[in-house]
Amino acid sequence: MTVNIDERELFKTKGKKSVNVNFENKVRGLALGLLIPFILLVVWETAIRLNWLDAYVFPAPTTILQKIIELAQEGTLWGHVGITFFRVLIGFLAGTFAAVVLGSIVGYFKWFEQLMDPLIQAFRAIPSLAWVPLFILWMGIGESSKVMLIAVGVFFPVYLNIVSGIQGVDRKLIEVGKIYHFTPLQIVRRIILPASLPSFLVGLRSGVGLGWMFVVAAELMGASQGLGYLLVVGQNTYSPELIIASIILFALLGKATDSLLKTLEARALKWQDNLQNQL
Amino acid sequence: MLKVKEATRTFNNGLAGFNNISFSIKEGETVGILGTSGCGKSTLLRVLSGLDQNYDGAIEIGGVGEQPIGMIFQEPRLMPWLTVRENILFGAKDEKEKQATIQEYLNLVGLSDFDAHYPKDLSGGMAQRTAIARALIGEPDVLLLDEPFSALDAFTKMQLQDLLLKIQKNRLTTMVIVTHDIDEALYLCDRIFILGGQPGTLQAELSIDVAKPRDRGDSFLAAKKAEILELLHIEKEVV
Ligand SMILES: Nc1ncnc2c1ncn2[C@@H]1O[C@H](COP(=O)(O)OP(=O)(O)OP(=O)(O)O)[C@@H](O)[C@H]1O
Ligand SMILES: [Mg+2]
Repeated sequence: MTVNIDERELFKTKGKKSVNVNFENKVRGLALGLLIPFILLVVWETAIRLNWLDAYVFPAPTTILQKIIELAQEGTLWGHVGITFFRVLIGFLAGTFAAVVLGSIVGYFKWFEQLMDPLIQAFRAIPSLAWVPLFILWMGIGESSKVMLIAVGVFFPVYLNIVSGIQGVDRKLIEVGKIYHFTPLQIVRRIILPASLPSFLVGLRSGVGLGWMFVVAAELMGASQGLGYLLVVGQNTYSPELIIASIILFALLGKATDSLLKTLEARALKWQDNLQNQL
Repeated sequence: MLKVKEATRTFNNGLAGFNNISFSIKEGETVGILGTSGCGKSTLLRVLSGLDQNYDGAIEIGGVGEQPIGMIFQEPRLMPWLTVRENILFGAKDEKEKQATIQEYLNLVGLSDFDAHYPKDLSGGMAQRTAIARALIGEPDVLLLDEPFSALDAFTKMQLQDLLLKIQKNRLTTMVIVTHDIDEALYLCDRIFILGGQPGTLQAELSIDVAKPRDRGDSFLAAKKAEILELLHIEKEVV
């Protein structure tokens, strides 16, 4: 009896300790990662304060921060961030939707792959930015050409990952469904979809990354609002602090959406037997 | 219940698989299939289960339940994104009704403390036991088992063999068991088929007319075992 109790306590303390150690490790990792950016910021700021660098070319971090705060107080910041975010969101949804539909059919039906894949691969070979003039000619400089460009950018990574995810589903698992006389639809819904989810999520993450890249291109080609528009304004009015401020905002937004998807991924894939899920 | 007439399924230009096998199995009968590795035992089960339709010959299955055929594969084949409980219920026609019985099956295979675990957190034997519960809960009329217990320790193995006997008796399930374990075949089966050769053919057939449950140390069974070993040995020399 006593041995039993001892054993249990042993396990308990072990468990607690490992949680603490884990947390400490995380904090230490975070601190280590922030060290160099922090030093760079300090050096940068002092270099400008001591006039080693020209503040007109290279604005100090505090100036940039001031610029962002100023934009926020004017109230224009939210409009710019909002419209950019909106464009990425709509383009992302449109591109993902098209990719899911096409990718599922191509992945599932061999004949459809033979029919469609060469064409899609050919389109993929075109650098997506080459579409810009054509989209502007077709749809004008308004929202639709921008969203279209972003959608095209998002489409390919999502499509490729869905196709390879579906084609990579273990035949042995599908056979289990066949033993139970699943209909093709049930096999798709209960085996193929969940089994290809990891690959789909990878596609979504690289799709979002490309979405942010293409929104810059879309807004540079002509816009009256948005973070990309601020880049143009900054260039034309010779205010590098505005350019760097919007670059930073882009970085923050991109990072935020990526973290969001990453959390989603971790939640949805906690069953995966990989390094990340190791205890 | 299950009739196979001159069934043939070969690969590699007739060099692997099985060739010209005929037998028939009565309802409630348990048949064991023994044979050296690669002689087409798994292939035979795949053909019987309907997974492999590219065979020659005729196969008739008389099951008429909602789930005529159940299969336990050589590997667990669990869905990695489902918990143990969900995996066992996978394929159950009406999950609500089965919810009541699942606890019973979890207990039977000794996994009641692990029902919320994902397959990645299971040992090989636990995964196989989950797969066994998944096949049993469907209450099939014909149960095909491909080396179901080869990943388990001796004690669990015996427990699950007794479980199979119980289920077979209660539901009159017809079973075809592929195994490498001669003692297992002697303990469970009414008849034993011995397959051999490349491609495999039916080399011998033995009836074990001993009432179940059997005594694992029975001297009659020991004599049968010697006979089977002899048969397997002869077959090896022929090859
Ligand atoms: N889909 C396939 N394509 C080509 N050859 C196959 C295929 N499936 C099985 N074979 C061949 O058929 C032979 C029999 O395979 P099978 O899996 O039925 O053997 P087995 O008797 O179950 O062996 P073991 O006892 O090792 O499980 C093997 O030589 C294998 O290579
Ligand atoms: Mg086999």
